[in-house]
Amino acid sequence: MSLDPATIRRIASLARIRVEEHEVETLQTELNSILGWIEQLNEVNVDGVEPLTGGARMAMKMRDDVVTDGGYPEKVLANAPDRNGDFFAVPKVVE
Amino acid sequence: MGYAIEGSTGTWEVVVGLEVHAQVISNAKLFSGSATAFGAEPNSQVSFVDAAFPGMLPVINRECVRQAVRTGLGLNAHINVVSHFDRKNYFYPDLPSGYQISQYEHPVVGAGVVEVQLADGSTKQIGVTRLHLEQDAGKSLHDQHPTKSFIDLNRAGVALMEIVSEPDIRSPEEAGAYVRKLRSILRYLGTCDGNMEEGSMRADVNVSVRKHGEPYRTRCEIKNVNSVRFVMLAVEAEAQRQIEVWESGGTVQQETRLFDSARGITRPMRSKEDAHDYRYFPDPDLLPLVLDEAWIEELRLALPELPDARQARFMREYGLTAYDAGVLIAEKETAAFFETVAKGRDAKIAANWVTGDFFAALNRTGGSIENPPVSAENLGKLLDLIADNTINGRIAKDVFEAMLGTGKDPASIVDEKGLRQVTDTSAIDAAVAKIVAANQDKVAEYKSGKDKLFGFFVGQTMKAMAGKGNPTLINEALKKALS
Amino acid sequence: MSQLTDLTIVQARDGLRAKDFTAEDLTLAHLSAIEALNPRLNAFITVSHSQALDQARAADKALAAGEQLALTGIPLAIKDLFCTAGVRTTAGSKILEPFVPPYESSVTANLLRDGAVFLGKANLDEFAMGSSNMTSAYGPVENPWKRRQDANAVLVPGGSSGGSAAAVAARLAMGATGTDTGGSIRQPASFCGLVGVKPSYGRCSRWGVVAFASSLDHPGPFARTVRDGAILLGSMAGHDPKDSTSADVPVPDYEAACARGVKGLRIGVPAEYRSDDMPGEIEALWRQGLDWLRAAGAEIVDVSLPHTKYGLATYYIVAPAEASSNLARYDGVRFGSRRDGEDLRDLYERTRAEGFGPEVRRRIMIGTYVLSAGYYDAYYLRAQKIRALILKDFTDVFAHVDALLTPTAPSAAFAQGENMDDPIKMYLNDVFTVPANLAGVPAISVPAGLDANGLPLGLQVIGKVFDEETVFAVAAEVERAAGFTALPSIRAGG
Repeated sequence: MSLDPATIRRIASLARIRVEEHEVETLQTELNSILGWIEQLNEVNVDGVEPLTGGARMAMKMRDDVVTDGGYPEKVLANAPDRNGDFFAVPKVVE
Repeated sequence: MGYAIEGSTGTWEVVVGLEVHAQVISNAKLFSGSATAFGAEPNSQVSFVDAAFPGMLPVINRECVRQAVRTGLGLNAHINVVSHFDRKNYFYPDLPSGYQISQYEHPVVGAGVVEVQLADGSTKQIGVTRLHLEQDAGKSLHDQHPTKSFIDLNRAGVALMEIVSEPDIRSPEEAGAYVRKLRSILRYLGTCDGNMEEGSMRADVNVSVRKHGEPYRTRCEIKNVNSVRFVMLAVEAEAQRQIEVWESGGTVQQETRLFDSARGITRPMRSKEDAHDYRYFPDPDLLPLVLDEAWIEELRLALPELPDARQARFMREYGLTAYDAGVLIAEKETAAFFETVAKGRDAKIAANWVTGDFFAALNRTGGSIENPPVSAENLGKLLDLIADNTINGRIAKDVFEAMLGTGKDPASIVDEKGLRQVTDTSAIDAAVAKIVAANQDKVAEYKSGKDKLFGFFVGQTMKAMAGKGNPTLINEALKKALS
Repeated sequence: MSQLTDLTIVQARDGLRAKDFTAEDLTLAHLSAIEALNPRLNAFITVSHSQALDQARAADKALAAGEQLALTGIPLAIKDLFCTAGVRTTAGSKILEPFVPPYESSVTANLLRDGAVFLGKANLDEFAMGSSNMTSAYGPVENPWKRRQDANAVLVPGGSSGGSAAAVAARLAMGATGTDTGGSIRQPASFCGLVGVKPSYGRCSRWGVVAFASSLDHPGPFARTVRDGAILLGSMAGHDPKDSTSADVPVPDYEAACARGVKGLRIGVPAEYRSDDMPGEIEALWRQGLDWLRAAGAEIVDVSLPHTKYGLATYYIVAPAEASSNLARYDGVRFGSRRDGEDLRDLYERTRAEGFGPEVRRRIMIGTYVLSAGYYDAYYLRAQKIRALILKDFTDVFAHVDALLTPTAPSAAFAQGENMDDPIKMYLNDVFTVPANLAGVPAISVPAGLDANGLPLGLQVIGKVFDEETVFAVAAEVERAAGFTALPSIRAGG
């Protein structure tokens, strides 16, 4: 599976990373080289193997339904690059 | 038979599936400890977890899981002992982490069924495909500033149950009935308040059309429809639109649309034009959700009586018709109101009063069942006054009007206004004698066989007694006087 | 006073107790070492001078009151991936340049609870993605060790926890925190002649640690001795209800485990870690390590971990996939840098293109691709299955042996600029360390010898999940036998 320039642009767009036209070829070479190297995994017989989803092997603990957090809008907003009152602000989105 | 739309090329069938997002009733959010209350100041119910600050991690709220399982049980659905949480990846400013934690391949609840009742008296089973838990997004406000959108994350991370139906729905009526029934079940369970105006229940409506006997055609998804009426209107509008597209030689494109309630049409959603590739994968910050079978059983045993069971019981216990029972159980609060009124009384009379005068008063006063113009206790006392002959049915209507909004006990109104029924036979005999004497011509007609005039004498006597005469005693006295 | 910086944590603890010096003396000695050497080494991105002194004074007060906790007054470096309340946390990235967390990570909170002093935030590869510290937006870190033959070459400290390793090696800190996703503690420990501990998955909370790959990220310590490493891990570890993947298991006395010895232990030698291109001196050191353990009473057993060779490629699917999602939150909306654009989408794309360096962008793109529609099964799902096979390899061998001994890295520290032409060459640095991350089992790198150039080489001890005690026991035996006393050329008071 080899990535063409259109796929590079599509991935970049999905990942919301701006890619300039002149960067596409370099990225294509680099990503194809990594993916080509990863192809070695096709040698492994994985028939009937259950995928391992995470690092831990136990059941999930649940917490109690108690309000223990929040209530500090100033802290939540303190790092915001743009805000308006107690809202985060972004360029207008049209729905 | 059934619902169909006549187009220029023939008859079309509508196929609808619904994804209902129901906000779980819980104190805290699904994966964080911040509050869920509606209407708080912007970003005041937001933790660093909800705002997806670096290094923040989700921890699941047991109550949200419990509510999802209870809802599954209430939908007669299979509960999955092991389920998983996945990330649905997309960028949007009200989705702080860039992914929504949801359940994709392994939801907590599997297949179930909802039975709806239709206006023609028939019932229909609508299949439920699954129910899964997921996080709500925050709120974007686009109309507060000329060039900016504002983001409030109070809702971000609140637990939602997404309840997905099979494409079993075939008309706007069925779509409406399904949403109403689902809302009723959720409210009975206390797992969602079903308040569509506040957005705690919203529906994504999947609509397609086809000719009879065809396989499914392309569907469109109408997002975030927020009332039962709009669900019905959106189905109709979207079906009409699709039929026009097909019949004009076009092809319906699979897309996400919005229902414009002001214009009664659907239109494509611009902001989500992006080809959907959500890159679902298991959330590595969470572990499999493993439920204890005994716990599920415990929840099953503790479920409250649900709408279907209550309707059956009302029919059985109170001798009500399916229709009356259906009306009374639709809202849990109404059912409870009725049961308070009916307790120890004639249930049919209670049902007539609740669905008749009481509902009319509710509509007229704009009141709600939670805050009724007449309490169930007082309405019951009113029925007692009729039953023990303190007042007659006619006077009861006046007493009821006088009770509205006052919180007054009916007996005190009867006493204050001197509405107590007259059962003194000598008073009745005197009134009857007066009427008979004043209407000798009518007496003659009656005696010559014009039986219908009996009602005239009853009316005149009652009028003379200011409506307070006991109707049975008046009848008896008249019969004697006219024989 | 400069010799204070040469003390181990155990020695400093004793000295503080004996009132030979104060915590303030100890912290000042390290702060002045930082002042002298950090401009060259670039081990710290942020030095929290006044906060460190406040903490040291508080430690002195506690000591005066007779209260000495595990780390009272011990000055440490904190990898700049751990969020520290009120102290800027960059993750080595431009995108977090202005970010000041309002919260303290659980691991650093544990260290503070035990009296530690934080000198500052240590440099690292951007978002912990790298094996050389060359991807940091705050510049590379110089390894304090020098090649005998080529003393002018500037060597890398390894990565991603390169600043932590350089700081501890150069005596700018007595210990440090790191994170190990594919070898990011053990490989720099090997390159800098240190002990680096990657505990079991779930042993140290990830809460408040900027995430790279959630299922692979392991916080852990750097120290100059195995016993110091045990003390640090003992403080850092423990169940955290704020991290769903944190294990609710008791934390044993790791320091005591260091003295257990290896008599009667069965030590496995995985055949698959041998290869023809392994440098002779590394293979020799490995054999030497096995001899030391045998001499100390352990039984050496040949074992097989058949899927080892697929570990690295598996890692380079799983880690970028998780990273592509974990790093989606850096969008310029709520915190961090923003670059304005024509509209929201343009803002996102410019913010992320300019905020992330090339290696991070590359990994996000690989991760996005392997999760995308149509490729998920071929890449991500397959990788998860192979990950299951790798875990099974470990489970199978640990039915027969107590621990494994392997080299930590395929080479000693290389020079800045080397291995930069091809990402895969850089990735190969982690070939011996990645399997333990995929399986979540504990592993320690312990300095065992020098190569012909006088550069340190580490051996890796891998153990059963949650059996760090045996790993400490074996590592302590290797340390005892190796008698590693070599010192880096660049160091405080050196």
